[in-house]
Amino acid sequence: MIRLENVSKTFPGASRPAVDRLDLDVPDGTTCVLIGPSGCGKTTTMRIVNRLIEPSAGRIVVEGQDVTRADPVELRRRIGYVIQQVGLFPHMTIAQNVATVPQLLGWPAPRTASRVEEMLALVGLEPQQFLHRYPRHLSGGQRQRVGVARALAADPPVMLMDEPFGAVDPIVRAGLQAELLGILRRLAKTVIFVTHDIDEAIRMGDLVAILKDGRLVQCARPEALLSAPKDAFVADFVGADRALKRLTLTTAGEAAMAAASPGAPTVTATTTLRDVLSLLLASGADAASVLGADGAAMGTVSLAAIRERAAARQS
Amino acid sequence: MLGDVLAWLADHPQAFEAAAARHVALSATALAAALVLALPLALVLVRWDRAAGPAIAAVNVLRTIPSLALLAAALPLVGTGFLPSVIALTLYGLPAILINTHTALREVDPDVVEAGRGQGMTDRQVMARIRIPLGLPVIFAGIRTAAVQIVSAATLAAFIGGGGLGELITAGMGTLNIAELVLGGLAVAVLAVATELIFAALEWGVRRSTGAAA
Repeated sequence: MIRLENVSKTFPGASRPAVDRLDLDVPDGTTCVLIGPSGCGKTTTMRIVNRLIEPSAGRIVVEGQDVTRADPVELRRRIGYVIQQVGLFPHMTIAQNVATVPQLLGWPAPRTASRVEEMLALVGLEPQQFLHRYPRHLSGGQRQRVGVARALAADPPVMLMDEPFGAVDPIVRAGLQAELLGILRRLAKTVIFVTHDIDEAIRMGDLVAILKDGRLVQCARPEALLSAPKDAFVADFVGADRALKRLTLTTAGEAAMAAASPGAPTVTATTTLRDVLSLLLASGADAASVLGADGAAMGTVSLAAIRERAAARQS
Repeated sequence: MLGDVLAWLADHPQAFEAAAARHVALSATALAAALVLALPLALVLVRWDRAAGPAIAAVNVLRTIPSLALLAAALPLVGTGFLPSVIALTLYGLPAILINTHTALREVDPDVVEAGRGQGMTDRQVMARIRIPLGLPVIFAGIRTAAVQIVSAATLAAFIGGGGLGELITAGMGTLNIAELVLGGLAVAVLAVATELIFAALEWGVRRSTGAAA
């Protein structure tokens, strides 16, 4: 659990606070995405949590403990940290990079070594192939995976991720997002995730917090944000296509209704409703048959059902 | 000409060896002293940013003073002989080491430093595990420059009674013994080039071991 209570930060010489009386509650095992235009205070807010930036006022609670006055070095070792530029240590091997926090915590060498291999496997890198290589030998996507493995190495309950996929190309990014989502769900980490990409926010966040001028404008589940933006700023920020974005949150499997539709185009259960809609518009059909992973028919998704989903009020 | 030089060397092997040994001793002592002064000072200046500007500026002034002038200026303050020569040569080698070390430690990629701090390294650990290892190639380049400068400038120590290979040059000039003079000059040149090569090899080794090489 991460809780910010009335947190403010004014940098010396600044005319207005970078973060202004912010309250934020991230329950255990959930991912909260901070998003907003540049200068909105999202990165500052994240860096206040591990005290790379000291707040001017307010209270920070991590895992039930008030850390506002705790030793920042000790605090940071309990919080996984991933940054956009990855910041792998170029003079250390991948194994040494991933071992950073266990080593700082004084783990015995065998435990660290086995943990490092486990973490590399977790992020989809074959340990034997990567352990002894240097970061410069890796692609951008591979480096980012190592960055995540390093942040997870000491099994911190809480993670901070600052635009972790900002430096990789869109195709690699989509793959990494899906994998990270799986890992975070499985390990039940509590995460603050900063991005400037609203699609990434909707995809990654259990909660999405929209910031503007250092203030929290709205913090809600992605569906709620898209269906009931609090004001014009949020509506504008989530985009004119917010109805379509909502459709990406539901899969055909979830929306399928028991009905047979002979001759209809088929989609798999994991297809998003947005893609189903696109298929229906392109094919001129009124409904699509949904097939499960085993190839058996699960039901039908009709245009009318999609329209209902897109228009539905807060779910 | 070369025959005359070799003939002089064959006649005076002890004088040559003594001068060469003295030259190496002067240079090595001065380089060691410059390292002992400059490396810790650079560490302090990286942490104490306000003092860094004036300190670097002062050291840069030192750098612009010609080596002979520095030796001459040291004369009334510290007298003549081995120690005064070492003092002057130390001051002469100091700037390259201090400036390179300070720059190397300061200009390590900020994202890498941020990552280190964010994982929970103390300032001291960031210095020992990140800044120093990553700065080593540039630090070594400064040490190499200083070593070559000191070996070259040590030739002038003969003017303030410090001895060294410069002795052969001044003596050769005094007695119009061209063979002795040329031998002194050649020997300094060889020593300077050898120093450059040895330190370049060390630097290459450091670059490799820190993984900084591409």
